Amino acid sequence: MEKSLNWREFVITRLIKASGYSAILFVALIFFFLVREGIPTFWKAEIASLFSIRWYPIEEYYGILPLITGSLIVTIGATLVAVPFGIGTAVYISEIAPRWMREILKPLVELLGGLPSVVLGFLGILLLSPFLRVFLDLPTGLTALTGSLLLGGIAVPTVVSVAEDALDAVPRAYREGAWALGATRWQTIWRVTFPAARSGVLTAIMLGVGRAIGETMTVMMVTGNAPVLALKLGSLFSPVRTMTATIAAEMGEVASGSTHYHVLFFIGMVLFLISMGVNIAASSVVFRAKKRAERILS
Amino acid sequence: MNRFLLLAITILALVFSASCGPTSSEEAASDSPSTYIENKGSDTIVNLALAWAERYQAEHPEIRISVTGGGSGTGIASLINGTVDLANASRQIKEEEIANAKANGIEPVEHIISRDAIAVIVNPENPVNELTLKQISDIYSGKITNWSEVGGEDRPIVRLSRETNSGTHVYFLETVLRLGDSEDKTLFSMDTLLLPSSEGIIAEVRQNPNAIGYDGLGYVPKDLKMIAIAEQAGGAYVLPSIATVNDKTYAIARDLYMYTDGEPTGIVKDYLDWILASEAQEIVAELGFVPVIIE
Repeated sequence: MEKSLNWREFVITRLIKASGYSAILFVALIFFFLVREGIPTFWKAEIASLFSIRWYPIEEYYGILPLITGSLIVTIGATLVAVPFGIGTAVYISEIAPRWMREILKPLVELLGGLPSVVLGFLGILLLSPFLRVFLDLPTGLTALTGSLLLGGIAVPTVVSVAEDALDAVPRAYREGAWALGATRWQTIWRVTFPAARSGVLTAIMLGVGRAIGETMTVMMVTGNAPVLALKLGSLFSPVRTMTATIAAEMGEVASGSTHYHVLFFIGMVLFLISMGVNIAASSVVFRAKKRAERILS
Repeated sequence: MNRFLLLAITILALVFSASCGPTSSEEAASDSPSTYIENKGSDTIVNLALAWAERYQAEHPEIRISVTGGGSGTGIASLINGTVDLANASRQIKEEEIANAKANGIEPVEHIISRDAIAVIVNPENPVNELTLKQISDIYSGKITNWSEVGGEDRPIVRLSRETNSGTHVYFLETVLRLGDSEDKTLFSMDTLLLPSSEGIIAEVRQNPNAIGYDGLGYVPKDLKMIAIAEQAGGAYVLPSIATVNDKTYAIARDLYMYTDGEPTGIVKDYLDWILASEAQEIVAELGFVPVIIE
């Protein structure tokens, strides 16, 4: 009996260890595959054409700048929606709401997170885009803004649940200490709880941004997919084409090994690098904040 | 105890998989080439091909027909690779595809199985009823940007198109934007909205009076307005319909094809003969395409 327990312990530990390492392995393999399929872009397509402003792959126009700006403007818009709403909801759930309210709100938010994005896309086409067209007097309702609002909605549950966990993890003694010093509720939240949970809240924002930049189905349905360079604020109110929608719409019919195929993988690589950049930036901020906190405490 | 259970399950699984072996190979035997037709290609034709296959299988229960979409290029590529019996295409096979096929020992033979027309559609609130091909070309290339330039209200024009991988997109580009001139390098205006499906175009045209779109005649719902088109300025404006496509007066119409490897034989020949007879061509009309024979 003793022996079999040891044997079991050994296998289980190894399995857990292997699944831990597998995450690293998979990321490395995916990146390797992206690079292997994406790098040939540099000798197959002309570099000048790659950084031009027209994307029309069936006639060999491979300008990816409109796609990058399209993704960025939609993501920035979505972040502006998701962060205030998400953090606000998290603060309300964890700090202000009475217990019964919390019991209702938390599962509801999680349910929202489970909504398939294609369903939101449908709502976007049938309700949101006609409404925005009439309300803002735009030529069409299929715009970057429509995509941003829906993506914001998709990212909110992610932000809420992670930020709420972080706020919840702040020891009760911190708040009681603040109250004992005569701080109001708002002062406690803003000056004590929030800074204490900062790294978790930053992670929440980062995950929300990651969710928004990688989302495909909804943006493909509601942003109009016109590859126009989006540099001005006004571009928010016109159609854009994102990197994810481009890959999804075109990968299905592209001839394997063609220039177009490699360019699509190149776009995937750019997307991967952008989300890696977001991750690194966020974790370096968290790291610096932690170091400062240690200095102050010591 | 646990280990015994595990052992028992393993043995059961082994026995089960062993007993499954022969049955699955029997199923495979019934898929033998003499009763099975593989049909693949154009997304424009896929609904029609499915309807045909369904009716034909109901009449000939011994035949099995598998229909998949994926685009004209995909269908022809599969024919070249020898994986399909019938390739559906909404365009004629290209020279280089014929060359590839011959290199593979495949001899593509063309069959016109029905006709298709592209309707240009606008919102019913839009007062514009007729346009020339040149005007539509100028609208899509971005030379005309306001409906007032073609006799409508003072509204911006929102151009809708299918995605670039759609056969309809390419056909529209060649026939309308470039007016059939293969030297012409006109492109869609950059702000043309590229929508992934027919439904997307129809939904937007239905609710947006600024929009102009195009789609296969078979897919246009009754509540949208089709534009009458003149091939030349000063020519007669013609609305798309079965009659106008067949007498070739409507400008944006094309033939739809099926390709076989060599002259068809056996069950593929029977199926193609059935497709070109009146019963199958009635289905063509029901789906909004244009039959190849008129009775």
